[in-house]
Amino acid sequence: MFDLLSRFIAELRRVGLPVSLSEHVDAASAMEVISIGERETFKSVLAATLVKDSTYRDAFDTAFEVYFAGRQEGDLDLGPGGDSGTSPAGPERSEKEWSEDLVDALAEENEPALRDAARGAVERYAGFERGRPVGGAYYRYRTLRHLDLDAVTERLSALELIGPTDNELVEKLNRDEAERRVSHFEDLVDQAILERLVEDRGAEAVADSTRETLPEDVDVMHATRDELADLERALAPLSRKLASRLARRRRRRRRGPLDMRHTVRASLSTGGVPLDIKFRPPRPAKPDLVVLADISGSVASFARFTLHLVHAISEEFSKVRSFVFVDGVDEVTRFFAETDDPGVAAQRIATEADVVAFDGHSDYGRALERFVEMLGADVTRRTTVLILGDARSNYHPARPEFLADLRERVKAIYWLNPEPRGYWNSGDSVIALYEPHCEEVLECRTLRQLEEFVSSLP
Amino acid sequence: MSALDPRQALAERLGIEVPAPRFDSPAQVGDLLAGVDYLPSSEIAAVTFLADRLAKPVLVEGPAGTGKTALAAAVAAATGSRLIRLQCYEGLDESKALYEWNYRKQLLRIQAGRRADETASWSDLEEDIFSDDFLLTRPLLEAITAPDPVVLLIDEVDRVEIETEALLLEILSEYQVSIPELGTVRARQIPMVFLTSNATRELSEALKRRCVFLHVGYPDPERERDIVTTRVPGIATQLATQIAQMVYSLRQLPLRKAPSVSETLDWARTLVILGHEELGPDVAAETLHVLLKYQSDIAAAHEALLSGE
Repeated sequence: MFDLLSRFIAELRRVGLPVSLSEHVDAASAMEVISIGERETFKSVLAATLVKDSTYRDAFDTAFEVYFAGRQEGDLDLGPGGDSGTSPAGPERSEKEWSEDLVDALAEENEPALRDAARGAVERYAGFERGRPVGGAYYRYRTLRHLDLDAVTERLSALELIGPTDNELVEKLNRDEAERRVSHFEDLVDQAILERLVEDRGAEAVADSTRETLPEDVDVMHATRDELADLERALAPLSRKLASRLARRRRRRRRGPLDMRHTVRASLSTGGVPLDIKFRPPRPAKPDLVVLADISGSVASFARFTLHLVHAISEEFSKVRSFVFVDGVDEVTRFFAETDDPGVAAQRIATEADVVAFDGHSDYGRALERFVEMLGADVTRRTTVLILGDARSNYHPARPEFLADLRERVKAIYWLNPEPRGYWNSGDSVIALYEPHCEEVLECRTLRQLEEFVSSLP
Repeated sequence: MSALDPRQALAERLGIEVPAPRFDSPAQVGDLLAGVDYLPSSEIAAVTFLADRLAKPVLVEGPAGTGKTALAAAVAAATGSRLIRLQCYEGLDESKALYEWNYRKQLLRIQAGRRADETASWSDLEEDIFSDDFLLTRPLLEAITAPDPVVLLIDEVDRVEIETEALLLEILSEYQVSIPELGTVRARQIPMVFLTSNATRELSEALKRRCVFLHVGYPDPERERDIVTTRVPGIATQLATQIAQMVYSLRQLPLRKAPSVSETLDWARTLVILGHEELGPDVAAETLHVLLKYQSDIAAAHEALLSGE
């Protein structure tokens, strides 16, 4: 029992969740209180002791399904299961009957029946082959292809779960509810597939192929669409945290001058002896920030996230200006000013910004020239310049002299490169030419690295 | 269970009897809380149960208006305990959270002593003015010295500075407070402790380690419907179902501020007062501003739900 817990925690640590020794002990105590048979409760209490950040919960859930899938009390063996995997030979039913049963179960929200249905579907359609090293996605595709869940959703929404469809609002609500229930069923199918995989290969082997990357560790340049959507969602809380941290640091930096009036007022309650000395709040010195981002092809998604983040925390800077470029440069600060949703702004940048001057391949030399020209005199010694790009200039001249010139006039220039450090200066990457003119050139591939950088800005 | 029972170990350290557990099972937690009109999800019930058994504080995190503070109040009501609340804010210090010497009273005592008896020795006086009589207890100290059962709520703990968090650590893990002039004050009972956070910043590892963690998100439509029927008397079931579903659909949209449970309740009350029994596009359009607080969100909701395709 405790051996299983230790291995489960080792898996969580492999994913990147920080689990301390005392949390391990707490989880062990929790297992004493709740039996593993009450699955959902068991999962809740284990999560309560081990996961202290809700953004890690998805990764926890996946690992939990792998390690505790289908386990009952006493069934704590970690290896591949025995021959129990052969399907219970129920009476063969036609697909029509089968999908009718599914609709019924969904309409009644009959959880045990839904679980059975999911297991049955996997049994029937996934076509499991023992020991075949494919991931769950393959079986998932094969199972769902047969189920035709769109038709099920249709029939479910026709059942008018929310109310009689006499107007478009209720119709939409009926459909949303049907979709919610069907997507819950899809989760159950995923679970059933995992159970089968674990039975076949053992928890540890399956964990290796199903391990989830934490949102802040996803490599933005190679993220899948789902991962990008997750990142988008992770961005809002991240920027809120970052903003409050920066604000706090600024406030704390030193206290302001003595506040005579408050001090005297406070001294009245101690007979005129000023025991409590009051200070005025400090006047924060906020830096200016200018961002220049390459939005060509592959690095675009990173630029999007960075602009998004910088504008979400723009209150922490006295001024933020953003520019984007490919081989032409355009200022995009206005897009952020016109809407309060940074997502919309990012969308408009992608479609409306005027950044292609010639052939649509990034040209860092030309971009820098235009950028310095557009900035003109509007930079001071308090301005920090942030450049995002892979410095792949398609063999155009690099023109680092413009960067050198800018460096003379601003506080600092930072270059964030979304490529792995190992690829720098290979092929048409000319980052080495720019490096001497920057305060620092950093590899910045994940939200975690981006967050670390922004919070280290002086 | 005895070898690992954290409650027993803690009770021994504090030198008190092992208190009886407050709850028998997670299901009972659910029933008790439902009895005071708080409908917990199974996860909320499970974690509350666990916290009692492990004698650990619960760190409750989640979006605003999802019933984090209400949970502590409901647990207090359900277990017949007194709720002691510490509202956190920036600049909270130990004199507001733990205890403070009443120096006004101390000054008076010294002055009174000077007149009455010139010969009183300093050590007598010192012993006198640093005694319980001159101690102002603040919520944290009050919670552990209380003789009656209490539930301690430390609200919005993410608002205090990270240094101030350290003040909480001793009380959260050892249920004791050290006062330099008096020594260590140990708890007379093990109170239930809830900390709430809106996750505006990362809490310190040390604090998280001492707590069990509970994320309270938006409820699913069934639970939200039940919450609406419980909290809004006289609402038709049909309307409650539609309200819950509508709010669920709204939360799927990319809004700046998703509607919270308390806003759902406001909306439900509004609809009941206006005498509606059913939700239609016109009714929804007229009252959407109760639910959504930004013009851009209201426009997005119109587009997605109210304009026929």
